[in-house]
Amino acid sequence: MDFKYSEEQEILRDTIRDFAQKEIAPVAAELDAEARFPKDIVAKLAELGFMGMMIPSTYGGSELDAVCYVIAVEEISKACASTGVTVSVQNSLVCQPLLDHADEEQKKKFLVPLASGKKLGAFSLTEPDAGSDIANVQATAVLEGDHYVINGTKIFVTSGGDADTIVLFASTDRSKKSKGISTFIVEKDTPGFSPGKKENKMGMRASGTYELVFENARIPKENLLGQEGEGMKISLRALDGGRIGIAAQAVGIAQAALDASIEYSKQRKQFGKVICEFQAIQWMLADMATEIDAARLLTYRVADLKDQGIRYTKEAAMAKLYASEVAMRSAIKAVQIHGGYGYMKEYPVERNFRDAKLTEIYEGTSEIQRLVIAASLLR
Amino acid sequence: MNIIVCVKHVPDTEAVIKPHPDGSGIALEGSNYVLNPYDEYAVEEAIRIKEANADATITVITVGPDDATKSLRTAIAMGADDAIHLNDPAFLETDSQGIATILAAAIRPLPYDLILCGKQAVDNDCAQVGAALAELLGIPGISVITELSVETGKATAHRELEGATEIIECTLPALFTAQKGLNEPRYPALPMIMKAKRKEIKTLDASALGLSPGDFAPRSRRLKVSSPPPRQAGRVLEGKVSEVVTEVVRLIREEAKIL
Repeated sequence: MDFKYSEEQEILRDTIRDFAQKEIAPVAAELDAEARFPKDIVAKLAELGFMGMMIPSTYGGSELDAVCYVIAVEEISKACASTGVTVSVQNSLVCQPLLDHADEEQKKKFLVPLASGKKLGAFSLTEPDAGSDIANVQATAVLEGDHYVINGTKIFVTSGGDADTIVLFASTDRSKKSKGISTFIVEKDTPGFSPGKKENKMGMRASGTYELVFENARIPKENLLGQEGEGMKISLRALDGGRIGIAAQAVGIAQAALDASIEYSKQRKQFGKVICEFQAIQWMLADMATEIDAARLLTYRVADLKDQGIRYTKEAAMAKLYASEVAMRSAIKAVQIHGGYGYMKEYPVERNFRDAKLTEIYEGTSEIQRLVIAASLLR
Repeated sequence: MNIIVCVKHVPDTEAVIKPHPDGSGIALEGSNYVLNPYDEYAVEEAIRIKEANADATITVITVGPDDATKSLRTAIAMGADDAIHLNDPAFLETDSQGIATILAAAIRPLPYDLILCGKQAVDNDCAQVGAALAELLGIPGISVITELSVETGKATAHRELEGATEIIECTLPALFTAQKGLNEPRYPALPMIMKAKRKEIKTLDASALGLSPGDFAPRSRRLKVSSPPPRQAGRVLEGKVSEVVTEVVRLIREEAKIL
């Protein structure tokens, strides 16, 4: 067992920390306030190779391991959680399933521009009545000649309105329920496809969340990813990986909340001394630090399992569950330590608090993570 | 064109600076070590010169302990071609003059047109190695530059002086030390970090350089390192304005002795 970073992991961490603190952190509050997607920052991250981190260089990626990936997502999320989820979705939910399931032609056409960051991707599974309950997907894809004709409405699609390429789940055979779900690669200029309304979210506001509408959208049949009926399998595998990214994102939010709390408690004076001298504050800081460390180790562990090619469904659920709940608890404590100021938008912990909540919900709620963990215990 | 960049592996600027209780030095255990920020400007400048001169190669050199390879690989990830690690336990006990001597021994057999250094390392802040190295190699040494242009056989550099800019022209080979403002160092791209990981780094110790310990023995000795005295709390004067002003003037004259 080795708890040391390798040299390249350290260089990568220093690089992305430096980038995140200089280029992202100074504008994070403004992006949040204006609910603005940071196109220019994402373009710079793409240039540096952060949009296809785990993809082989032959397909335009940076060919890093998953441990490097979680280090990067944590550092980005520490500065701006919205940018963190943009990177996580592109890497884990878009590039990865294309690498795992696309044929050579599809990889050349779709994966290369996504992994090199020239194009932005989205992952579209959730519907008003289906998300974790994937068997209930209502969107349909009907093969007519050389095209699939897609109809349906998708919701809560991260980057949906900004994306060039969408990994879409629709039913090719409603009678087969979960075994009738298939996966498609949809390009944004497809006739019959249009982004619907952009959601007005509590947090993670610099990442656009969209409704996507398909009205007789015709996509070439060669855009089917994998085989018909493999959608459930593809989505679950992608979400296992996605949870590693969200765990890393949650660790980043939690660390940001702790860093701000340490800084503030060393400045803020009450009753003639700085508040970090009060044991009540010290206990909160100590608990945050301990939990964050545990969450980070769970996240590194699952990333390492992925790198070794060992099945990691349970461990990904554990890391995502624990890290997201640690992010929320840390953000609550951080606001408390800041007192009234913590409730104000002038201080970053107010944003950490709103951002943290979503990590407990998306890519499988905490309740779903517990079901996944229990299912694997009781198998 | 052959460019050599001398770099140092230093604690990052967020490291907590605390003297050892015995005053022998600074306690930096657990700090993250990085490529010296001023050396980043030197590496970046070398890369820009290379981008304008297709035949240029960049070699980074450091004198440092085993883990200094991290800073060499950071420079390679930015765009340097090769790296040489001057690593010998005996090297760690020397001073600026000794480091310059070791670097000179490594550089003399190499072809070079241009040597770039940071103006100083952010750990000890001595700002001596660059100047001493130029002297030992017998080449022009221009320190603290903010602009550099290189032509065949000569170079022109800008130095910021107080209220003025000095422009210096010199023949090549020459050595320059980089000041903040020379350029904006790039972030290493991820594929370059992976390339740097696989890069073999040449390591040389004292005997490989033909040096005996006497050649780089320190000529200066650190006697003691201590914290600056803690700042005294400020004093607030109260009373009528005329009295307070009289008292302030008296304090400035008699206690602070500024006037």
